[in-house]
Amino acid sequence: MKYIDEFQDPDLARRLLDEIRSTVTRPWALMEVCGGQTHTIIRHGIDQLLPDEVELIHGPGCPVCVTPLEVIDKALAIASRPGVIFCSFGDMLRVPGTDRDLFQVRSEGGDVRVVYSPLDALRVAQQNPDREVVFFGIGFETTAPPNAMTVYQARKLGIPNFSLLVSHVRVPPAIDAIMRSPSCRVQAFLAAGHVCSVMGTGEYPDLAERYEVPIVVTGFEPLDILEGVRRTVLQLERGEHTVDNAYPRAVRPEGNPAARAMLADVFEVTDRSWRGIGVIPDSGWRLSPRYREYDAEHRFSVTGIDTREPAACRSGEVLQGLLKPHECEAFGTSCTPRTPLGATMVSSEGACAAYYLYRRLDLTPAAASDSLEGSAVV
Amino acid sequence: MCLAVPGRVLDIEDRDGTRMATVDFGGVVKEVCLEYLPDLRVGEYAIVHVGFALQRLDEESARRTLELFETLGLLQEEFGDPLEAQQ
Ligand code: SF4
Repeated sequence: MKYIDEFQDPDLARRLLDEIRSTVTRPWALMEVCGGQTHTIIRHGIDQLLPDEVELIHGPGCPVCVTPLEVIDKALAIASRPGVIFCSFGDMLRVPGTDRDLFQVRSEGGDVRVVYSPLDALRVAQQNPDREVVFFGIGFETTAPPNAMTVYQARKLGIPNFSLLVSHVRVPPAIDAIMRSPSCRVQAFLAAGHVCSVMGTGEYPDLAERYEVPIVVTGFEPLDILEGVRRTVLQLERGEHTVDNAYPRAVRPEGNPAARAMLADVFEVTDRSWRGIGVIPDSGWRLSPRYREYDAEHRFSVTGIDTREPAACRSGEVLQGLLKPHECEAFGTSCTPRTPLGATMVSSEGACAAYYLYRRLDLTPAAASDSLEGSAVV
Repeated sequence: MCLAVPGRVLDIEDRDGTRMATVDFGGVVKEVCLEYLPDLRVGEYAIVHVGFALQRLDEESARRTLELFETLGLLQEEFGDPLEAQQ
C-alpha cells in the first residue's frame, strides 16, 4: 500500500480496493485503452495495488505513439520547406521519423512552432499571409473536433494559406482489431472517458455484444480508474458484458452533438495505418472532399518517402498489449526518453515512457537518476 | 496534449463570428472556443481540450481534478512550451 496515501481520497481508494478484492474469484485481463489512463495507473502504482487476479494491459490509446512513421516523415518533409511555418502540439516534436525529428528540422532552420490549440495555428496563418501555415492534426476523437472546427473556420474566414496534415484515429475499430487478434487476452475494456465525452457511448454496445466483452467508460484520475476496475470486475464475475458509464460527470450517452456534427461535415472515415500495428480498416479520418484544398498532403505533394522503423523497437506489441515495456530488450538501455527508439518512449502518454519514468524498481541506479530528472512530477 | 483540463469561464465574447471565452485553469488563463458548448455561461466549468470546451462539469468535480493535476505537475506539462524548456 505504499502509494495509497497519495490518492486524493485515500479512504475511498481503500474501500474501492477492498470491494474489488472481495469480488474477484479468478484471474481477469482488462485493457485500459487510453495512454492517459496508463500514466495514472503506473504513476500511482494502481496495477500493484490491485489484487493479483486483476491484470491491466495497456492499450493503443496514445495518439503520438500510433501516428505512423510515414506521416511523421511527411511532417518532416513539409516542415523543411522554405516558406512553411509548421505548427504542432509540443509532444510531436521528438517523435522520431526515419532519420530525424521536428526538433532537428527546427535546429536546421525550419520554422517549427508549438501551439496549444489548432486555433493558434490559424491565427499564425492570418498574421503571416505570405507564408504557408501547416498544422499537424493528430489525435483521437477528442482532438479531431477542435481540428475540424479550425478547418471549418479557415474556410469561413477565407484564410487560403492554412492547411492540415491529418492523421486522426478512432477508438472503436482499434478495439475491434484487438479482439480479432488470435493472440488477444483482453477480457474487458476500460474505455477512454474523454473520447466518449465527444462520441458518447453509442459505438460500444455492438462491440460488447459481438465479443461478449464488458466495456466500462472510465475517467483519468486514480479514483476513476479504481471505480472503472471495480465495475468491470463485477461484470466479469457475473458473466455480464454491457456498456457501463463510470464517468458520468463528463460523459453523456449522446456525447457532444455539435462536435459530432462538425466531425461528420469536415472528415470522412478512412482506413488508417497505426505505427507498429499496421492498417486497421475504418480506423481513421481524413478531410472530406469538400475540404480537400485544406489537406496539406494534397497541397505539398509529399510522396516517395522511404520509411524505416528501427528493428529493435517492439512498440507494436506494446501497443497491442502483447508485451510489457520492460520486456523489450532495448528498454532503459539503448531506448530511453532522451534517446527514444520508438514513439511509445517519446510520448509523455506512451506506455514505455510511463514505465521508464515511474517504475523505478525496474531500473539500474544510473537510469533511475536520469528518469528523476526527466520527469516533471517526482 | 492528451489531457483535458477543467477550467472556469471568466469572460465570453464573439470573435470573427466565433464564440470564444477566457478560461481560468487554476491560475493559467487561456482563450477557449465555445462553439461546441454554446450555452456555457460565465462562472461555469467545462472540460477543455486543446483550446475547446467539450463538456460541462460541475464545480466540485472541476475543483478536485484541478487540485490533483496541480499536485502532479500536469498543468505545467499541458501548458508549458517544450521549445522554451529545451533552451
Ligand atoms: S522500450 Fe523503446 S525500443 Fe522497446 S518497445 Fe518501447 S519504444 Fe520500442
